Amino acid sequence: MAKLNLNRVAMPRQAPKKRAKNFNEVALGYSLEQAQEEASRCIQCPKRNCVEGCPVGVDIPDFIKAIREGDMPEAVKVLKSKNALPGICGRVCPQESQCEATCTLAKKEAPIAIGRLERFVADWERGNTGAAKLPKSPKPTGKSTGKKIAVVGSGPAGLTAAADLAKLGHSVTIFEALHVAGGVLMYGIPEFRLPKEIVQSEVDYVASLGVKIELDSVVGKLATLDEILADGYNAVFLGTGAGLPMFLGYPSENLNGIYSANEFLTRVNLMKAYLFPDYDTPVKVGKQVAVIGGGNVAMDSARCALRLGADKVYIVYRRSDVELPARREEVENAMEEGIEFKFLTNPKQFLGDEQNWVVGMECHRMELGEPDESGRRRPIVKEGSEFVIDVDEVIVALGTRPNPLIASTTEGLETTRWGTVVADEATGKTVKDRVWAGGDIVTGSATVISAMGAGKVAAADINKFLGG
Amino acid sequence: MYKILLKQDLVTQIHLFRMAAPAVARKARAGQFVVVRIDEKGERIPLTIADYDEKEGTVTIVFMEVGATTARLALLKEGDAIADFVGPLGVPAEIEKFGTVACVAGGVGAAVVAPIARALKKAGNKIITILGTRSKELLFWDDVLKASSDEMIVTTDDGSYGRKGVVTEPLKELLESGQKIDRVVAIGPVVMMKFCALTTLPFGVKTIVSLNPIMVDGTGMCGCCRVAVDGETKFACVDGPDFDGHKVDWDLMAARQRIYLGEEKCAYEEWQKSHSS
Repeated sequence: MAKLNLNRVAMPRQAPKKRAKNFNEVALGYSLEQAQEEASRCIQCPKRNCVEGCPVGVDIPDFIKAIREGDMPEAVKVLKSKNALPGICGRVCPQESQCEATCTLAKKEAPIAIGRLERFVADWERGNTGAAKLPKSPKPTGKSTGKKIAVVGSGPAGLTAAADLAKLGHSVTIFEALHVAGGVLMYGIPEFRLPKEIVQSEVDYVASLGVKIELDSVVGKLATLDEILADGYNAVFLGTGAGLPMFLGYPSENLNGIYSANEFLTRVNLMKAYLFPDYDTPVKVGKQVAVIGGGNVAMDSARCALRLGADKVYIVYRRSDVELPARREEVENAMEEGIEFKFLTNPKQFLGDEQNWVVGMECHRMELGEPDESGRRRPIVKEGSEFVIDVDEVIVALGTRPNPLIASTTEGLETTRWGTVVADEATGKTVKDRVWAGGDIVTGSATVISAMGAGKVAAADINKFLGG
Repeated sequence: MYKILLKQDLVTQIHLFRMAAPAVARKARAGQFVVVRIDEKGERIPLTIADYDEKEGTVTIVFMEVGATTARLALLKEGDAIADFVGPLGVPAEIEKFGTVACVAGGVGAAVVAPIARALKKAGNKIITILGTRSKELLFWDDVLKASSDEMIVTTDDGSYGRKGVVTEPLKELLESGQKIDRVVAIGPVVMMKFCALTTLPFGVKTIVSLNPIMVDGTGMCGCCRVAVDGETKFACVDGPDFDGHKVDWDLMAARQRIYLGEEKCAYEEWQKSHSS
């Protein structure tokens, strides 16, 4: 047996000082040589544990083999047969806790860089065929079944469900509330982590499968779910995500300069406020910015604020470094760029001036107690530990819940007290006839790939229901 | 794209667009709004629905030029189209038979009050309308409002038409006259709505206002439009736009309207520069 190569090929990145001042992508991607070198480390083990670790079951060893052999069209084919959005997943999936965690070489602490290779394949395809050259008409993948399916929401869950159902020959229409498709991939994740051009080209790919995308269509307002069901659709998939921002609930939270991460990121990413005034939407650029929270959205917000020109950006998190829910890679990127982490710190109230502008944030120091129901150690307020951080902008990134718009306008949809829609994990089926759901609307805010996995599961069950 | 079927310049800097938007027209109700985006680089702004016609598939908006976006919008002509026209958003105005309703409109608010007054009239209410503007030249839709009203009072700040003064004066007299007023609907600039609410408070007459804070998506996603009502934070886009005027924190509302004053000025100046050259 050949000697194991335990040297993961590093991916080139923009230098921290340089990238902290621009919105260009941080990670630059492999060259063909680098990709082939990394691919050649794969031992093609018979167990294929990596496939088990992938929520959408990509045949990982097969596309890696194709890269090694230089057969890029084959690599694209293998990858896209299971994953309609590889350029997105290659960038934002937490591979370290999924396919790369189950990779046989993970035991030697040198798992194959599956995410980087996936990204390489997707980028190769874009560079070589280009979205524009993809066929505009539905691909002749199968006969039309004559069944109509409505997909509500065009984020990762909706796009995946739509792509799978279209490939099976169903007629699929996506209803999207915003003016572009992509959901959180467009409004939430910043350009420097996931270029919008890549999202657009993967959305275009889904459209090229024959999926119709209706923008500006707020389901629950423009038409209710029941009206859609009565309008000739055989089934509906709900993939509307978790779009409702959570706040701390303090009266002082409505000071000017305090944003939800959703608003801040929507202004910056979707509306391109970083290009104001060339683009019309403004965003406040603070000098001293505090971001509250420790997830990926908090990291994204902090790094956007830095790039917009803030002098100082803090991440304020009530637990410690090890409990940060964000991907390690993004935490390290943020630290390298100069974001200051204030661990074991929690806001008590916001301080404002006479004009209602935020000028400070009074915080408590925290300590960690016993683990709570989430398995993480519970943060406890240290009495009398109050101190003030001077800030002129605050971004609240404490998570999101599903928007109640659809549930509140639909009869017979079961929801939990967190506003999530109840659906069978194995099928995505809700208690309502002909309605499936998946992604953040069911789980609360989670990852892109888990939403895609849920979209896939539901698509298979919808197909079964329709007699496929 | 959504086509402008009809454009009317109502008065200086206030314009009407009748838009082709059949799906929105089908569901629109008085008191709801749309979010409009002109083109790729445009911002999303909320505009209240001034009229709708399901049969014709049209929705009418009336807007005032106050900054770069509305100035850009005002340059469009009949036959032009805008990129996005999203709606109908927000909770429709409460339409019931209340008895006698005083509808108070200030400035461009006349266009917002019009469909509400019409619906209230249709529901069997007696409608007393008070319409106020700065001067005669800025008066519009007094005829439209009159058609839905049993009584109509017009005020102008400078006395160039109707009664000289502001809307709160006839409103107060009406409440003092002993005539039973079951509800007041007051829509216009923030300061006008605030003072209408203060005027009716001692009389204990429920006063509904329509708030138009800064918004982005208009569907409850961003929280930009936070307002405090009865000490609780509400999102005007999904919980409103109509609220009980006696419970609104008006100072907060006014302060949050000023968040982007600097940027708005900068954008307007940029636009004026590029437009004049």
